[in-house]
Amino acid sequence: MSYIHPYDRPNSYIGRNLSRTRAKRAVAGRGRYTDDITPPRCLHAAFVRSPYAHAKITRIDTEAARAAQGVRLVMTGAELAEMCTGPWVGTLTVFDNMKAEPQYPMAVDRACWHGEPVVMVVADTRAQAEDAGELVEIDYEELPVVIDKEKALAPGTPAIHPNLGDNKAWEKDAVTGDVDKAFAEADHVLEETFYFGRHTAVSLESRVLLAEFDPGTERLTIHTSSQCPHMIETVFARTLGIPEHNVRLVAPDVGGSFGLKIHTFGDEVATTAASIKLGRPVKFIADRLESFGSDIHARENRVRAKIGVMNDGRLTAVDFDVLGGAGAYSQYPRTSVFEANQIMNITFGPYKHEHFRSKATVVYLNAVPTSQYRAVGHPIGISVGEFMMDWAAEVTGVDVFDIRRMNVMEDDGYPRKIGTGIPMKDLSHQACLEKLRTLMDYEALRHEQAELRKQGIYRGIGIAGFIKGTAPGPEGYYGAGGARIASQDATTVKLEPNGGVHVCLGVTDQGQGVDTVMEQIAAAALGVPVEQVRAISGDTDAVPYGGGTYASRATAIGGEATYQAALDLRREILEMASKLLQCSPDTLDIVDGNVVDAGSEQERISLAEIGRIGHFQLGELPRGYQPVLSHTRRFRLEGLPYIFTNGIHGAYLEVDVDTGWIKHLKHWVVEDCGRIINPQLADEQVRGGCVQGLGGAFYEHCIYDENGQLQNGTMADYITPMAGEMPDIEVAHVETPTSESELGAKGAGESGTGAAPGVVMNAVNDAIRPLTKGRVTEQPMTPEVVLRALGKV
Amino acid sequence: MSEETATLTLTVNGEQVTRTVRVRQNLVDFLREELGFTGSHVGCEHGICGACSVRMDGTVVRGCLTLAVQCEGAEIVTIEGLTDTGEIADLQDRFVERNAMQCGFCTPGMQMTAAELLAQKEEMDRADIREFMSGNYCRCTGYHAIIDAIESVNNARLKG
Repeated sequence: MSYIHPYDRPNSYIGRNLSRTRAKRAVAGRGRYTDDITPPRCLHAAFVRSPYAHAKITRIDTEAARAAQGVRLVMTGAELAEMCTGPWVGTLTVFDNMKAEPQYPMAVDRACWHGEPVVMVVADTRAQAEDAGELVEIDYEELPVVIDKEKALAPGTPAIHPNLGDNKAWEKDAVTGDVDKAFAEADHVLEETFYFGRHTAVSLESRVLLAEFDPGTERLTIHTSSQCPHMIETVFARTLGIPEHNVRLVAPDVGGSFGLKIHTFGDEVATTAASIKLGRPVKFIADRLESFGSDIHARENRVRAKIGVMNDGRLTAVDFDVLGGAGAYSQYPRTSVFEANQIMNITFGPYKHEHFRSKATVVYLNAVPTSQYRAVGHPIGISVGEFMMDWAAEVTGVDVFDIRRMNVMEDDGYPRKIGTGIPMKDLSHQACLEKLRTLMDYEALRHEQAELRKQGIYRGIGIAGFIKGTAPGPEGYYGAGGARIASQDATTVKLEPNGGVHVCLGVTDQGQGVDTVMEQIAAAALGVPVEQVRAISGDTDAVPYGGGTYASRATAIGGEATYQAALDLRREILEMASKLLQCSPDTLDIVDGNVVDAGSEQERISLAEIGRIGHFQLGELPRGYQPVLSHTRRFRLEGLPYIFTNGIHGAYLEVDVDTGWIKHLKHWVVEDCGRIINPQLADEQVRGGCVQGLGGAFYEHCIYDENGQLQNGTMADYITPMAGEMPDIEVAHVETPTSESELGAKGAGESGTGAAPGVVMNAVNDAIRPLTKGRVTEQPMTPEVVLRALGKV
Repeated sequence: MSEETATLTLTVNGEQVTRTVRVRQNLVDFLREELGFTGSHVGCEHGICGACSVRMDGTVVRGCLTLAVQCEGAEIVTIEGLTDTGEIADLQDRFVERNAMQCGFCTPGMQMTAAELLAQKEEMDRADIREFMSGNYCRCTGYHAIIDAIESVNNARLKG
């Protein structure tokens, strides 16, 4: 009997809801986060940060701080620079003509943003380190501040980094078709400008790092709240001149990450340098204020968009121009220009791009460096594209569903390319549109909306389709771009002597349930009960080199590696069993942890017995046969920059037209993330992602004044969503497995964040449409923004 | 410069403890650093996020806004103690089944507040529960699953 695919087996673990073991310990308060680990003789670091957005450092006097109680080390930026192999330069070769200023982990002679670390104090307690930090005397000479991205390239604006000539980090354009001709022939040409505020991740557990350098073995062990242990290991090792193989990086439980924790930060390098210098453990935890002033920021963009539309609703031309406000430096090693690049790629992504032109410019500002944050660029591109589609519907009198039906790429029309030349395949825009329409009961909502308007209640209905780049391949950005960031991933699957299975993962779990999903994949592929499988992740001493979890890649890339490694182990187990049982491996199968006769499922030998013989009683095996029982597979995406996913959101909300207050009532998502391993975990990724996007759409904003002073550095002032103001979110799926892997999984972690802002912006504009010609074109959509659109302020 | 300290005696998770503490140390740091109850987390240090929520003399308080020295004679219960008593075993099971947490950092505080909600023994709809839980921030789940879990446990308990 032939091999039955794991998906098709009865009670397959593929497509089943299983609870996470990590959840069981989290509810009991037994989670183990980096700050829960404090080794003997541990010291604590605190940082003196620049109070200015741009200033020359003319004098630093650390004498009083060094003499303070409990202080073990005071280190300036210049002293730290001497311990570094060189500065960081945040460029990638794939970004043509990109310019970046070299950057040391702490400011050396010039501070370039409010919050940049300048001096580190290490003491017996954090309180002592902070007290001593107040005794550090620093003289600054203020320099001109560039904080308005619109003026950053204007004549007369000083260059933040004179060596770069001006404040431009990068510029790119792309064109397909004859755009000007298409505009000339369009029945309607619509133009609008959009503004998106700066956001930051606000992981509830802030950045934290514990470095332990052992001068005896010269081993450096770092525990840190990280998504990408190997990448962090590599960057820290190379920056501080420690051989990578002498570094062990452990990511214990991670208290929220969202892209923040794929990055490297100067204060963390400084903490590690302190441990090397002192030969003692040193811990640093960013407090909430320094998180706001030093965690990467994102989303600050202005987009001018223009479309050509025919009277029947056909979209014929697209042209948009992105201006991104990066921070003072390009974030090393992932850069600060990905966001603008991604906006170019995905804006109007669901639609046929016959005549398409886009341009992106990124400028430096005296602000916190920006970089990748959950759903990089997508919230902006989707908000812009879907606003324009709704506007096209309005001017042509076509329903918002119908105009999308008319313009989306057809489900049977792949492979094809979007305007920037990126290939699309295995997408399902048409199926998702129809499913959403039914799911949200669109007709009934329109009826209710009309009835309520008669009573002076203004509710809006929004829909927003999207594409989402997930699981990047090595031919796209990082590998080809020169950064030492793995876009392949690897899994080792091992049979232990008791028949248990270890699944050692290059990808990591920050609560998404990656460990559980990988246990399900391995259990399904091997044919063992999932209780017999244990995932191990987040420790570079224990797992093969991998990229970690970013860009919705864990299941799509790491999952395929796990699947293939488990199949390799399965083949070996069957081969070994066939030698012991003196039969052909083709006549055997593995079911419920036992080798059985294929077909009849008559039990022949258990995996525990295979494990025992394979590790201890090897004399029972034929001479010359050496079992391995440990298999590593790697997987990389080939020939594509991303596995794209797609889907569509729906929203129903109410606008108080007197106060500008928005009450979000209901949110729907239909998305296609390919083969789903654990439906509950996939749904919760979508829901959590949505609310993160809604936070940005409604409330979140890192506000700078004209002097580059960050105005809101607490969670009282930077508002993230609370339970009371968020709606229930209904999630449904269309499952189109990717043809890029056998497993068929695509990424699921970010699309909620990507599309939620656009759908609520459309719903708000739908709500106020009867009252005003004004439109909300800015996020966050504060009451003031809404009232401005209504012409009331 | 030596720090001012004070000696206090209080009950934590049913056991009496006496410690000399720095007068500026807050309750959550005291619980975590002096007693090893690391289930209470420090999120915002500003009384906003609720990750440090603990029970003090029967009421949920912010561990970051309460000084340790305010707790002389007080009875403190943390997530570890609440787990050991079994008071919220049904809620904890439901959180796991419903996947009402992802990173888990907010979860202990979320359950301290949910325990208070359940102890009221009142019928609550989803909007009421959302309102009650609004002092506990979660950045991962989007809240829907948390509300599902609390709603089902509250309803089950009311049915008896």
